Amino acid sequence: MNRIDYLFQTKKERVLSIYVTAGFPNLEDTLPVMEAIQAAGADIIELGIPYSDPIADGPTIQESNTQALENGMSIKTLFSQLVGFRSKIHVPVILMGYLNPIIQFGEEEFCKKCKEVGIDGLILPDLPMSQYLEEYKSLFEEYGLFISFLISPQTSEKRIREVDENSNGFIYMVSSHAITGAKAEISPEQEQYFERVANMNLTHPRLIGFGISDAATFQLASHYSQGAIIGSAFIKNITNSTDLNRDINSFIQGVIG
Amino acid sequence: MIQVDEKGFYGSFGGAYIPEMLYPNVEELRENWEAIVASPTYQEEFQSLLKDFVGRPTPLYLAARLSETFGAKIYLKREDLCHTGAHKVNNTVGQIILAKKLGKKRIIAETGAGQHGVATATVCALMGMDCTIYMGELDIKRQRPNVERMRILGAKVVSAISGSKTLKDATNEAMRAWIADPVGTHYIIGSVVGPHPYPEMVARFQSVISEEIKWQLKAKEGRENPDLVIACVGGGSNAAGAFYHYYNESSVRLIAVEAAGHGIHSGKSAATSVLGTPGILHGSKTLLMQTEDGQVIEPHSISAGLDYPGIGPVHAHLHEIGRAEFVGVEDEDAMKAGILLSRTEGIIPAIETAHAIHALNQISFNPNDLIVINLSGRGDKDLETYIQWGNY
Repeated sequence: MNRIDYLFQTKKERVLSIYVTAGFPNLEDTLPVMEAIQAAGADIIELGIPYSDPIADGPTIQESNTQALENGMSIKTLFSQLVGFRSKIHVPVILMGYLNPIIQFGEEEFCKKCKEVGIDGLILPDLPMSQYLEEYKSLFEEYGLFISFLISPQTSEKRIREVDENSNGFIYMVSSHAITGAKAEISPEQEQYFERVANMNLTHPRLIGFGISDAATFQLASHYSQGAIIGSAFIKNITNSTDLNRDINSFIQGVIG
Repeated sequence: MIQVDEKGFYGSFGGAYIPEMLYPNVEELRENWEAIVASPTYQEEFQSLLKDFVGRPTPLYLAARLSETFGAKIYLKREDLCHTGAHKVNNTVGQIILAKKLGKKRIIAETGAGQHGVATATVCALMGMDCTIYMGELDIKRQRPNVERMRILGAKVVSAISGSKTLKDATNEAMRAWIADPVGTHYIIGSVVGPHPYPEMVARFQSVISEEIKWQLKAKEGRENPDLVIACVGGGSNAAGAFYHYYNESSVRLIAVEAAGHGIHSGKSAATSVLGTPGILHGSKTLLMQTEDGQVIEPHSISAGLDYPGIGPVHAHLHEIGRAEFVGVEDEDAMKAGILLSRTEGIIPAIETAHAIHALNQISFNPNDLIVINLSGRGDKDLETYIQWGNY
C-alpha cells in the first residue's frame, strides 16, 4: 500500500504536512532537514524541487527556491541525495515541483527515479488535470506515484468532484485566493468554504494549505479537514537557523502541541 | 493549415499549464471571449476606437529610398503611427472592452520596456478602470520615462523584485496578483504568450495589421499578397498580427526576426528559435531559453522589447514546421539599421523594429519582390539607447 493511503487509514485527523525546498538553506541540508521534520512529529514531508519561476508561490518560497538553485540544487542532485533515504525516513514523502524541470529531466526517467528512491506522491501545480489525464496518468500509475490536485475557493462543485475522482491519497485544498505565504489568519469566508467542502462527502481526505502558519491556524484547518500543510512559515523558521534540529523541533512542536 | 485547436495547441505548442487557482479565470475567458468579440455591440465599440482613438488604418507606405537601397519594392506598415507609438495598443483596446463586458473592475498587466504598460494604462484611463502594472525592478530603473507615463495616466506601477527582476518576473507577479483577485480582475497579457486562449486572442486583436495590409496592397499593387512579410519577434505579437492573414498563403514568405544580442552563441542573446528547447513558460508549452535542468535563462538584447526567454507558441509552431524563416540580428546591426531608416526615410524606428529592417541584409530575395516590413513602433522611447550607442 502507498504510504500516503496507509497514513490516512491510521490517522484521521490533525495530519501535518511540512513543505521544505530541497537543498535549502544549504545544499546538503535536504536529508538532515527531512529527518528533523520526521523526528519532530510531522506526518508528511513535501519536498520542493526548486524552480526559477514558481508562479503559485509567494516571496518566501520563491526566495528559498532561488537560494537552493544558487546552492546548486537540481533534480539530478536531489535524486543522488535521496538514494537510501528510506533507511531513515518512514513517513510519506511527496515531491512538489513545476513541470518544466521535470520535462527537461525526462518524465519517465523522473518517475523511475522517484520509485527507485521511495517517493510516494507528487504535487505539480502547473500540470492541469486534463493534461494529466491525457499524458501522465498511466505513467504515474505505472511507477506507483500518487498525485494530489488542488482546489481553491473559486473551484466549482463539479470540478471539485472531478478533482476527487482523479486525485490519489489526498486533495490539496488551497485556503484562499492567494499564493503561498500570503495571509496569517483565516477569515469567516474561508471558514464557510472549508465547511462547504467538508459537507461534500468527498472520497479523499483533504489537507488545507496556504496561510497555515501556527498552532491556531493548524487547529482551525484541522477542524474542517484531516489536517494541513505548512510551507512559508516553516521556511522562514529555518532561513537563518544556526541549529536546524532545535528550530525545526520547536516549530513543529509549537504547531502540533 | 495554421490554426489553434480547441485545447489551445498549435501543433505541439500551446495549451494552458496553469495552477488550479487560475483555472476558473482562464476558463471564463476561454468560454466567452470569441462570442463577446463577435457580437455587434463589441465590434461597434472596437472598430470605432481603432479608428478614432488608435488612428487606424495605419498607412502602408512605399519606402522609395529604402527600396532603392536594397533593390526590391519595400512597403512599411506604419504601426509606429498608432496612438502610444506602437502596435501594442491594438491589443489593449481589444482586451479592455472584453474586460468591461465580462464585468471586471480592475486591470493588471506586465511590462518589460514599458510599451505594453503604457498601452494598458492608456486604455484604462480611457475607460476609467483601476490599473496596476507589474514591472521588473531593473526595468523600472532603465525605463524611467515610461514609468512616469504610466503614472501620469493614473496607473499604479508595482516593482517586481523577485528572480531576475525583469519581464519574466513581472509576468510571474502579474499572474500571482491575478490568483489573489480572480473575480474582479482581468489580466491583459501584452504578447502572444501565456495560457490558452491568450496567444490566439492577442493574435486576433493584432491581426488587424495583416487585414489592412491585404486591402491596402490590393489598392496599391493590385494584389493582396506580398512576396515577403518581415517582422521582429520578442514574444511575437506584432509578428503574429502581420503574419495572421498570411499563415495559410504559402506563396508569402514569413520572416521572423529575433534579437541575436552580442551574437547568437555569445551567451548574450535572445534568439529563442535557435537557443530554445521545448518547455513550459508562463502557462504554455513553447520554445524557451533554459538550462539543462529546466531553469529559465535571462536573455539579452539591446532592445528591451525583445529580451523575452520564450516565443509565442504559434511562432514555435511556425518554426517547427518551417513555415516561417527565422533570422537573428545582432545589437550593433540593429542600431545601424535604425540610423539607416532614419536617414533614408525620415523615420526613427523603435530598436525592436530596427532588427526587422536589418534582416534585409541577411535574407535573399529577388529585385522584383514585393516586401512588407511591419514597422511595429517608433523610436522615441529608445532615444537614450541611441544616444548611448552614439555611433551616428
